[in-house]
Order: sequence, then C-alpha cells, then structure tokens
Amino acid sequence: MSWRRTLVIAIPMLWLGIFFLAPFFVLGRISLAEAIIARPPFTPLFDRAPDGTLEIIASLENYRFLFQDALYRNAYLSSIRIALVSTIFALLIGYPIAYYIARAPEPKRSILLLMVILPFWTSFLLRVYAWMGFLRTNGVINNTLMSLGVIDAPLRMMHTDLAVYIGIVYTYLPFMILPLYANLTKLDGALLEAASDLGASPVVTFFTVTLPLSLPGIVAGSMLVFIPAIGEYVIPALLGGPDTLMIGRVLWDEFFSSRDWPVASAVAIVMLFLVVAPIMWLQSVQNRREMD
Amino acid sequence: MRGWFLPMAVALGFIFLYAPIVSLVVFSFNESRLVTVWGGFSTKWYGELLRDRQILGSAWISLQVAFWSANLAVIVGTLGAFVLTRFGSFAGRLLLTGMITAPLVMPEVITGLSLLLLFVSMELTLGWPAGRGLTTIIIAHTTFCAAFVAVIAQSRLRQMDESLEEAARDLGAGPVRVFFDITLPVIASALVAGWLLAFTLSLDDLVIASFVSGPGASTLPMVIFSKVRLGVSPDVNALATIIIGFVLIAVLIAGWLMRRAARKPL
Repeated sequence: MSWRRTLVIAIPMLWLGIFFLAPFFVLGRISLAEAIIARPPFTPLFDRAPDGTLEIIASLENYRFLFQDALYRNAYLSSIRIALVSTIFALLIGYPIAYYIARAPEPKRSILLLMVILPFWTSFLLRVYAWMGFLRTNGVINNTLMSLGVIDAPLRMMHTDLAVYIGIVYTYLPFMILPLYANLTKLDGALLEAASDLGASPVVTFFTVTLPLSLPGIVAGSMLVFIPAIGEYVIPALLGGPDTLMIGRVLWDEFFSSRDWPVASAVAIVMLFLVVAPIMWLQSVQNRREMD
Repeated sequence: MRGWFLPMAVALGFIFLYAPIVSLVVFSFNESRLVTVWGGFSTKWYGELLRDRQILGSAWISLQVAFWSANLAVIVGTLGAFVLTRFGSFAGRLLLTGMITAPLVMPEVITGLSLLLLFVSMELTLGWPAGRGLTTIIIAHTTFCAAFVAVIAQSRLRQMDESLEEAARDLGAGPVRVFFDITLPVIASALVAGWLLAFTLSLDDLVIASFVSGPGASTLPMVIFSKVRLGVSPDVNALATIIIGFVLIAVLIAGWLMRRAARKPL
C-alpha cells in the first residue's frame, strides 16, 4: 500500500475516529464516575489511594439509579411510544405523496420532489416555531375555526402530546418521503399491469404487489424518522407540555439544570442501546440496496 | 389508489408542509404585536431586527461557524466518499462505512454531550482545546456535516464513468493528478451542493452547539431558542422570513447546479 493511499484513508478515518467514535468511549467512562462539585464535575477514573497505590474509581451506581427511578423508565418508554406513533403517522402521510410523485411525469415529478425537500432546507427551529403560532390558544387554527363558527371556545392544542406528534411528523416527513420515493420509482410497471390483467383490482394490486415490494423503502424511511425522534429535544421543549416526558429532554435537564454529567452520560448510553438496533437494521437495508 | 383519493391526500400533505411557513411569512409583516391577529401591513419588525445587537452578533458567529464547518466537511466527506467508492477493500472499511452513516441519524443530544465530554477530557489531558467556543462548535459541526457531504459525493462518484479515470491513468497521469484533473472537476457540482447543505445544517443546529459552545459564543439558533421559549414574537417571524428567502435562493442555485450536472453525465 502506498503512503499516499494510506494518507487519503487516514484523514477521514482519523477525523471520524477522534470526533465521532472516541467520544462514545469518553461518554461510557464518565457514566461510571460520580458527580462532584469541581471542575470538571465528575470523579477521575484513576486516583491515588492514601497508601500511594493507583485506584480505579468506577461504579454502576448511575445505571442502578436509572433503572430504579420511575422517571427515567417512563421517559424511555414514552419516548419510544411518541417516536413510534409519529413514525406511523409520517408513513401514512408520506406514502401517498411518495407514490404520487413516483408515478408523476417529468417535469412535474422534479418540481414536486423539490417541494418536498424545500422545507427541510429551511431552519428546523423556525419550522417548529411556526407551529407554535399555529397551535396556540389564540393561534391561526383556533382563530380560523372560531370565525367559521366550527367551535365556540379555543381548543387546547399547544403543550400537549398531540402538538409533539405534529411537530415530529412535520419535521421528519421529508426523511420518510425520499427513501419511499427512491424505492417506488424502481417499481416495475409491468408487474402492476400483469396483476390487473389477471383480474386484480387496483386496491388488491396495491396491497399484494406495490406494498410488499416497497418494504425496504418503508423500513429505511421509518428508521430515518424513528431514530432521531427518540432523542428529540427541541420539539417536546417548545410544543410539548410539562408532562410530555422524552428522554432527550431528561438528558438535557440533567446536564444543563442539575449539572449531573455522570447521570446524563448514563442516560445517553442507555439511549444509545435503544437506537443501535434500528441503526443496524437501516444499514443492512442500505447495504442490500447497494448490492442490487 | 386511483381517482380522487390520491390527489387529495397529496394536496393535503403539501398544505400540511407549507401552511405554517406561509403564515410565518405573512405575520412577519403584521403591524400588531400579537403574532396571529392581523393588524395591518408593516415592516417595522424588520427594522427592530436590524437594531438588535444580540441577534446580529450571534448571526455573525453562526455564519463564521457555518462557513468553516462547510469547508472542512467537504474535505473530510469527499475523502471518505472517495475512499469508500474507489479504494476497494482495505482494513477498517466497515468501520469507516459505519462512522460515515451513523452521524446522519444519531440523536443530537448524544452527539452533543459525548463531544463536549471529549473536549473537556482532551483539555484536561492534552491542554487543547483551551476552553470552548468557535473552534469546538466548528469541529462538532464538521463531524456531522461530513456525513451528509459523503452521501452526496458517494452517489455522484458511483454514477461517474470510471473509464475516464482509467484513461487518464493509462496515459500516464499519477493518482493525485487523476484526482485533481479528472475526478474533482466531474464531481464539482455535487460538492457545491454538499457544501451548501453542510452550510445550512450548521447554521440550523441548536442542540449540538448548545452542548459544545462556551460563554460568549452563542450561535443564532441558541439566541432564537431562548427568545422563542418565552413565546412567539414578531421579530422572530421577520428573521424567519429573511432566512427562508436566503434558503430559497441557495436551493435554486443548488438545484440548477445539480440539473446541469445531471444533463451531462460523464
């Protein structure tokens, strides 16, 4: 192997190794420490014992604490629930759009595709903010419904779990549509024709041919929504109520308010185990796609 | 899926995507302080925005961070994509594939916290980086933006006709020359698109920046977030409208570049 080849491999390898992979080891190590009032606010891994020998200070105390305290357990469970429900809604809204775009003729197809991607390019924070103006008690939705006489009193939508679902679906919808679209454009039209020639109705064709064949797209899109949604902080913080428990929010508060870095690290490590399986699944789907 | 159902579902989907953005823009020109009650046309919130030193200062920090992160991310991401598409098998290939895809989906709180802890530990043992601020935000943003650049660069490198590179090699060009004279010009438009994506992603990030920044280095999203937490305010609408305007222009340029690249597939 020439030295130049090694150098070219080394640059991305080292950068990502140091700034993406290594941090996880630091995270794991600090999750075993104890919070102290000092700079930095955690106990060192190695310490000199009074008799001069080197001691390793590490304990699973933080993890025991996480599993015993109902707050953390509920936060993990409710994060999974919120991410799952949002993923299902994103799929239900995203699938028809992806299907329609995949069947549309050019140039309509490119324009629609651009329209799906465009909101993704504008600021995520400001898109969540836009929903604050929409869902508020005297917001756009309530004002419109009341002036139309549909409702008498404003609906309470802000600071509820519903607002969080809307926020997640809204923000991550492009991530659902794009892989579905990529998958559906490759669908062989001859298969659909064959099904209808053999007497299948469009609905039957859809459920027996199109849907099963688009499964890799469904998996990829769902994982791209589910994984980041699990750890979401901004959306529950801005749209959710005080009782909207999400693990990203718990981690944030543990770090910024309680200043307990070791417990925050343990929360992150447990969250990492939650997302590792879906990440591996996503990668295997993508590897298979590359093989094709 | 035929008849009225599909077009209607699609139309509703697009209304869902665009209605909040449109209302955000419309109410930025509202005279009234009440963000969602129309009180007549006015551009006063734009004027207020231009006098807000905190917002202007943090916008300048964000632009600097985004510029340097995008530059570095294009270098790291392109090299990563090049290695994965052209180098065949090598030790650590699987590791690099994983490290380049995982940042795309990794929850931001995990990335942010783990990077902060790395910076703190490095400062303790190596004495670098001393304190946190612009440098640490740029490093953090480069890392996750590189993953997005790598995805775009990889798909372009796969489409590209490799016989061009082979021809150059047969004619006696060294690997470095082939890369700079053949590969780079061919994938250039994809790299510009990647740069723009990295730039916007960096400009947009709140969570990671909040973890790795230090006192005195608040980025624009950090300032907006602290304002927005207290409720809706019309000057944020004005700011949003300006950002959306910029993004629209950037996307149109990127789209034009990608189309041009697609029209002459080399």
